[in-house]
Amino acid sequence: MPTLSTYFVRLALVHLALGFTIGAFMLANKGVTFAPWLWRLRSAHIEVLLVGWLIQLVLGVAFWIAPRFWQEPVRGNVTGAWLALVLLNIGVWVVAISTYLVLSPALIVAGRVLEASAVVSFAWHLWPRIVSREG
Amino acid sequence: MPILTRWYIRTSFLYLLASLLVGVAIATRSQLGLPAVFGALGPVYFHLFLVGWITQLIFGVTFWLFPKQKDEALNWERTGWLAWFALNSGLLLRTLAEPLTVFNPGSIWGWGLVLSAFLQWLAGMGLILIVWRRVYTRDRTRR
Repeated sequence: MPTLSTYFVRLALVHLALGFTIGAFMLANKGVTFAPWLWRLRSAHIEVLLVGWLIQLVLGVAFWIAPRFWQEPVRGNVTGAWLALVLLNIGVWVVAISTYLVLSPALIVAGRVLEASAVVSFAWHLWPRIVSREG
Repeated sequence: MPILTRWYIRTSFLYLLASLLVGVAIATRSQLGLPAVFGALGPVYFHLFLVGWITQLIFGVTFWLFPKQKDEALNWERTGWLAWFALNSGLLLRTLAEPLTVFNPGSIWGWGLVLSAFLQWLAGMGLILIVWRRVYTRDRTRR
């Protein structure tokens, strides 16, 4: 597994651990109320699991298994993929913290823009690798 | 394909079917005159789909495709089976307890949700532990 994929997948697993932990507390709190404020973490729970876990895992595995080139560098220009890793993780945390602390809606928009930029950046890297065996 | 993977994938497809059926029940509740308890199944619907189907499918495939460590200190198959049991018992308990808690607040079903939360969390941590050890680089594929 390439180094960048290990970063993507491990960060995805960290987000899964965080999302499951938040979700477990929220569910337990639904059964036996002990901290009503936990409900404010609902948006962060969704963000961390859908973007931080699922999308991040998909990008990491895609970088690993998508077809490689015959010549060096075998994965082409990887700048876009590295940029995606940074943008996606900043975006997730900006959205998650903004929704939890009820900060300015502009921050949520900024976080979403960062996430979208990560996807565009990753597509810039991956696009030339999406080819058939014949090229 | 390892036996554990087959169980995870087959179980995940049962959850896909179950979640879609719950979705149909929610959508047609008023037309079919279904009990009010079906109206409280929204969170169950999403979690059957996202935890029961997607997450379980991902881990099933991960056990199969991700590279194994040569010196597996953790008995990953045993942990995988325990996680399968905890995840599915936790999710099924939630399916039952969540709507019942909505209609019987303060009842014993509330503790069912606490147990469900603990079981699912335990399963999640077990699965993460297994996969974490399999995420590593080899020199020849590092680029």
